[in-house]
Amino acid sequence: MSHVVSPIREKLVSGGKSYHDVTQDICRQVEGAPTKEWKIAFGISCVIFTYGAYCLGYTWWQGIGVWGLNKTVGWAWDITNFVWWVGIGHAGTLISAVLLLFRQKWRTSINRSAEAMTIFAVLCAASFILAHMGRPWLFHWALPLPNTFGSLWVNFNSPLVWDVFAISTYLSVSLVFWYMGLVPDLATIRDRAQTKASKFWYGLFSLGWTGSAKTWARYEYVSLILAGISTPLVLSVHTIVSMDFATSVIPGWHTTIFPPYFVAGAIFSGFAMVQTLLLVTRVTFKLEDYITIEHIEMMNIVITVTGSIVGIAYLTEFFIAWYSGVEYESYCFVNRATGPYWWAYWMMMTCNVISPQVFWFKKVRQSILLSFVISVVVNIGMWFERFVIIVSSLHRDYLPSSWAMFSPTRYDIGDYLFSFGLFFTLFFLFAKFLPVINMFEVKAVMKGVSTKYPKKQVAHKQIEKEDTKIGEEVSES
Amino acid sequence: MAGHSHFSPANVEEYFEFTAEGRKKVLTALVIGIVVLGVGIYMLMNGNHEEAHAVAGHAAEHGGHAAEHGKEMLSGGAASHHETAWDPLNRLWANLWLNGVYFSGIAVIGMFFVSIQYLSKAGWSSVVKRIPEAFPKFLLFTAPLLIGLFIFKGDVIFHWMHEGVTVKGTEHYDKIIAGKSGYLNFTFFLVRMVLIFAAWIGLWFMMRKKSIEEDLIGGTENFTSMVKLGTGFIVAMGISSSLSAWDWVMSIDTHWFSTMFGWYMFSSWHVTGLAVITLTVLLLQDKGYMQYVNANHLHDLGKFMFAFSIFWTYVWFAQFLLIYYANFSEETIYFLERWEGHNKIYKATEILNVFFNFFFPFLVMMSRDAKRTPIFLKICCFFVIVGHYLDFYQMIMPGTVGDHGGYGLVEFGTIIVFASAFIYVVSHELTKASLIAKNHPFLEEALHHDI
Repeated sequence: MSHVVSPIREKLVSGGKSYHDVTQDICRQVEGAPTKEWKIAFGISCVIFTYGAYCLGYTWWQGIGVWGLNKTVGWAWDITNFVWWVGIGHAGTLISAVLLLFRQKWRTSINRSAEAMTIFAVLCAASFILAHMGRPWLFHWALPLPNTFGSLWVNFNSPLVWDVFAISTYLSVSLVFWYMGLVPDLATIRDRAQTKASKFWYGLFSLGWTGSAKTWARYEYVSLILAGISTPLVLSVHTIVSMDFATSVIPGWHTTIFPPYFVAGAIFSGFAMVQTLLLVTRVTFKLEDYITIEHIEMMNIVITVTGSIVGIAYLTEFFIAWYSGVEYESYCFVNRATGPYWWAYWMMMTCNVISPQVFWFKKVRQSILLSFVISVVVNIGMWFERFVIIVSSLHRDYLPSSWAMFSPTRYDIGDYLFSFGLFFTLFFLFAKFLPVINMFEVKAVMKGVSTKYPKKQVAHKQIEKEDTKIGEEVSES
Repeated sequence: MAGHSHFSPANVEEYFEFTAEGRKKVLTALVIGIVVLGVGIYMLMNGNHEEAHAVAGHAAEHGGHAAEHGKEMLSGGAASHHETAWDPLNRLWANLWLNGVYFSGIAVIGMFFVSIQYLSKAGWSSVVKRIPEAFPKFLLFTAPLLIGLFIFKGDVIFHWMHEGVTVKGTEHYDKIIAGKSGYLNFTFFLVRMVLIFAAWIGLWFMMRKKSIEEDLIGGTENFTSMVKLGTGFIVAMGISSSLSAWDWVMSIDTHWFSTMFGWYMFSSWHVTGLAVITLTVLLLQDKGYMQYVNANHLHDLGKFMFAFSIFWTYVWFAQFLLIYYANFSEETIYFLERWEGHNKIYKATEILNVFFNFFFPFLVMMSRDAKRTPIFLKICCFFVIVGHYLDFYQMIMPGTVGDHGGYGLVEFGTIIVFASAFIYVVSHELTKASLIAKNHPFLEEALHHDI
């Protein structure tokens, strides 16, 4: 990569950090004892997790009849939550793979936690698939395994089966990508370890990393290959999730724009979640020099762009529903906006399309408080988007006598809480035991994007001046 | 801040010279195109159907049976009403429309590319940005052409402009089309069309002015205003890309609809624009210009072509799959018409569409070395440019000329005319500014680009 950096570029590491400072700042929370704030936060998520686990256990014990589903709305919070979590799980790989291919240096401070978040979000999504199954102990029937049950075999025509393949592939590749990126940093912690236990565990997971030129060269190859594999995967996952709906013939579900529109929405909500988590992390772990205003602003721009793409898709659907002249389709959309679920529809519109437009103002993009608020608002909006698509399309059956509403029970809510508990428990464990920022990648890009780099700035400037002089002489001659 | 530069960007300036010899070549091509087109029209007018079709080799399949068969497989295009009084010149108007839309796309993607580079603050592309920046000039020619065609020959292209289709009680009344007349009517359509072109040309004009001014005065002020203009254009394009796709192309098959269509057509334009940018850079390098563009820049252009070929395929396939899977007759008719309808004259195009636009670019551009080697890039550009002409051909022709389509002298003549006009206009526009934006604040990054 070119080391010439235009002077008008924003700085990505502030505070005049040296390479050693980076190691110190980021290893601090891994090596130190857990802070009080961490303990409290972790404790709360464990409590939520326990309550959620009880609700999920009860759901499994009693069957999914404990949910508020009825014969018209046969799919509601369960699939809404699933799609919501899968969507959130998009940002990690987008940041680590797509932004790597685009050589975006600002990704280095945020990719580690974004990837971790991705993995946890996909696990949460998977928990809803298991919750769905009714008989979760037979989950392996979703795989095309040789079996002794006669002709029992998965239906390859079903997008739900494509989902199983897409999401399990995505999870595996994301996990490998995340872990690969961790190895050099784990080795750093291993080399600094003070206790026997941490030397053993970090040593075990750093796979004997030596840091030789050859290992780095291999590391670079693997990263690029994984990025190449992950990029189509990012698109495929939500494409296939969208096909769960779009291949059907239900008005409001069957529409061709669904695949790219779902992908854009997923990136949108994923970035919002990364923003939420990082804004908290940067304060609690005092990482303001690494997750700078520039990073926050970049993410806000991505949120605005993807939110607007989603907005165009909403309007396209609405317009074509009218343009097509298909009565069912037109009714479905008018009903969404003005029917009994109008509040959900306008919640979605306000949170997803209107709220990110405030980021057109640079002041708002750079405001930490507003960025945090909007990032939460966006994820609320994205939950409502899925709710609107799913429930508002189903609740008006073809026969008016079958029209129904959906109201969640305690177990709908409890199972949703379970996923939050799971997500935050895992995230806090990650934040404590692993470096939340990719140390060596930050170091790799520091030249040119860090303030006061290198340390002997004055001496360097001298050299530079001489350089330019020589350059001018060369080009004149 | 810049590391060890031995290069002072301010010393660089390079002007493209559109030589007399070059002009002569392009104009000769233009004349040849006009002659071919003239002969093609003459043959059409004299009912020499078979010869006009000869290239596609479908002459043998003509007959009364085929015409009836064709009628069943229509998605509401203008062609469905032409069986009684077919004017051979219609094929000329359809061809002009096709090329007008296709080349407008290439031209506007030039502006889109530059805008994206500014919005994302990309450094590497600052060495090539003057090339796409010249493209939108061609809009000054396609805009009046398309607007004129719409005003005077709109009923040839658009079924919804036929007389009486929206008037209840008349012979040709069509309930579905009547339902769309709030959007598809002469005035509103024209207003949209004019606004779209005005936005594209207006924003380009402002951008171009700022860009050339930057060469003279330097500083970063122009850069900042170009970021703003680029952002404005992206917003305008976000809306106008879908509108233009619905209006100019989707409404040809008036009954049919697809929410994906806006992005589908845009992705087709986009990858074609990238291929034309790449090809222009390579051809200029062959002439000895732009030697500062190295394998790394080409690599990036190649990656773009590769990635957006796949993106086009993704959009194309998703649209096809969802329609195929749901199997609603009012949606599947679109593909059926192209596959089975009109004596199957469009079937070969459908197959080539996927081969030219997916398999070939995918396989040719797969390796790193290929993306850094001019000849491979040129091969890929060829497939993409021809392939997406075919893509637009199959979007526009079945609905406008139906059974009377084919690949004849009219088609080849029109392409030659448009291509040479495009080359002439862009070459002329390239002479108006240095090929390198010497005061671009990221230029030094680009000159040291190394991946």
